[in-house]
Amino acid sequence: MLLLEILSGFCLLVGGFLCVTGGIGLLRLPDFFSRVHAAGLTETLAAPLLLAGIMLQMPWSLDLLKVLFIMILVLATNPTATHAMAKAALHGGQEPQIGNGNGQGETSSKA
Amino acid sequence: MRYVVAAIFLAVFWIALSGHYTPLLLSLGAVSVVVSIWLVYRMDRVDGEPNRLTPSAGLFGYLAWLLWCVIKSNVDVARRIWSPSLPVRPVWARLETEVETPLEKTLYANSITLTPGTLTTDVRDDHFLVHALNQEDIDELRGGEMQRRIRRLGI
Repeated sequence: MLLLEILSGFCLLVGGFLCVTGGIGLLRLPDFFSRVHAAGLTETLAAPLLLAGIMLQMPWSLDLLKVLFIMILVLATNPTATHAMAKAALHGGQEPQIGNGNGQGETSSKA
Repeated sequence: MRYVVAAIFLAVFWIALSGHYTPLLLSLGAVSVVVSIWLVYRMDRVDGEPNRLTPSAGLFGYLAWLLWCVIKSNVDVARRIWSPSLPVRPVWARLETEVETPLEKTLYANSITLTPGTLTTDVRDDHFLVHALNQEDIDELRGGEMQRRIRRLGI
């Protein structure tokens, strides 16, 4: 049981750290599209890690299965939501900022 | 036949979510299953036989590989966010693709978006538009490992 506790604590700690990282990324990154990547951090790994940390502490029951469903739901809906946001921003006239503003990086190539 | 399989899956799913075994709730569940199957049947008549992703060993292998990719790129993006010089150079570029079936395209575009650091903004016939936090992320996609793995699934 001690091993489970340690594993669970590890998952919760790393998940929490990634959530904070995602938040800091939101503040530090330059434009909307790069901020979406930071938000992806909290959804793709932080949330599953937090849920896994909780699952490791739960007794065997139906609730365990429900938390697993939540994890699958989060992972399955993340790309859809992210894509919809990016599409909406592009549609609304938001252009991705390319490079660091000093001409580096590949130029955009719209088709 | 596949409606029967779907009905069994739905029933198991409903029981797993509910956890109550009183006659009232069980009959409500049965009604939900029947309504769902009826809706699926009607929708199948609209779009013909839709594409279906059948679970296979290959698919789970791909998902495990994708999970590993997600972890790697999470670490990479987290490192960039925390490093004081903020080493990001966003690019928005055309990614030539060779995936053909709608299912392959969907899986590829979603896999790209699920990985932090890359984001599919548009899906066209022979290319995607991909926004990435760094040139290296695009270069890695152009290396084509993800695409090869998806095409190997043969979906």
